[in-house]
Amino acid sequence: MTQNITVIENILNANDRLAEENYARLEAAGVFSINILASPGAGKTSLIEQTLPRLKGKLRVAAIDGDIATSIDSDRAAAAGALAAIQINTGGDCHLDAVMLHGALDKLDLTQFDLLIVENVGNLVCPANFKLGTHKTILVASVPEGDDKPYKYPGTYRGVDVLVINKIDLLPYVNFKMDYFERGVQVLNPGVTAFRTSCTTGEGLDAWVDWLIENAKRYRLSQQ
Amino acid sequence: MHELSITESLLKISLQHAEKAHAKRVTDLHIVIGDLASMVDDSIQFYWEIIAKDTIAEQATLHFRRLPAELQCMTCFEKYPPTDRELVCPKCSGVRARIITGEEFFLESIDVE
Repeated sequence: MTQNITVIENILNANDRLAEENYARLEAAGVFSINILASPGAGKTSLIEQTLPRLKGKLRVAAIDGDIATSIDSDRAAAAGALAAIQINTGGDCHLDAVMLHGALDKLDLTQFDLLIVENVGNLVCPANFKLGTHKTILVASVPEGDDKPYKYPGTYRGVDVLVINKIDLLPYVNFKMDYFERGVQVLNPGVTAFRTSCTTGEGLDAWVDWLIENAKRYRLSQQ
Repeated sequence: MHELSITESLLKISLQHAEKAHAKRVTDLHIVIGDLASMVDDSIQFYWEIIAKDTIAEQATLHFRRLPAELQCMTCFEKYPPTDRELVCPKCSGVRARIITGEEFFLESIDVE
């Protein structure tokens, strides 16, 4: 005899629960944390590389880098001034999930840091579905990717707290309509904090770094 | 590719509920996916056939119910479906919108024997 069982369970519940556990650990340690998403080549690692020297003496930073293979990104983060850099190799998985971050957090004494930067696997689809438990999610978009990305990846553009539009030095050379791009962003994510940067010329990086310092400090104050 | 992890969760949830009901077999899964949820039915089906093998859900048929996306303009309150190329309100060109439906992704029910 067939029986219908009502489930109504979010398919990603298990991940979400563990993400909450990660969040609780970060809160207990008092470390402000960000999850950086982008497509491959948008400039996640370059942004981190340019950001770290500007934070020197202001914030103690740990970096966790997710990639399918290699430790290139965590090496670059360490070289740029991260006090600790942990590489997660997902072994083929196209995104970090809460389980992977949980394992990486075990390797850090979180109380020693003011800021934890998690660099996700380069991908605009999958990471949006897997919460990690960080405080803020940052999306790095880049001009050469095209102005239609908010329309094609609504899930990713919708779920982020900060948008960094990178490689703006290339605007004169590519057909990127900033107003079309920003209109899509505004519908999906009204009022999202946005920065325009170039990791090559350094333009706009100070505003982004100020935002990071300001938020990490405000977070620290809220913990006292 | 995230469909692999997702299909694993789907199997786990189904088996937990089937076990609770002391079922011998899971025959059907009823899955709800919003059009904005970035999930591909065929991909879930593909992984399902691999990972559900040798479980009591091996023969289960997957039913996908797609929910179309609907936005509501927060300027004039018009409700409208987004298109591939335009997300702004078709009535007033307002850019602030609330997503009413389209982000759903859950297992609604399972049929067991």
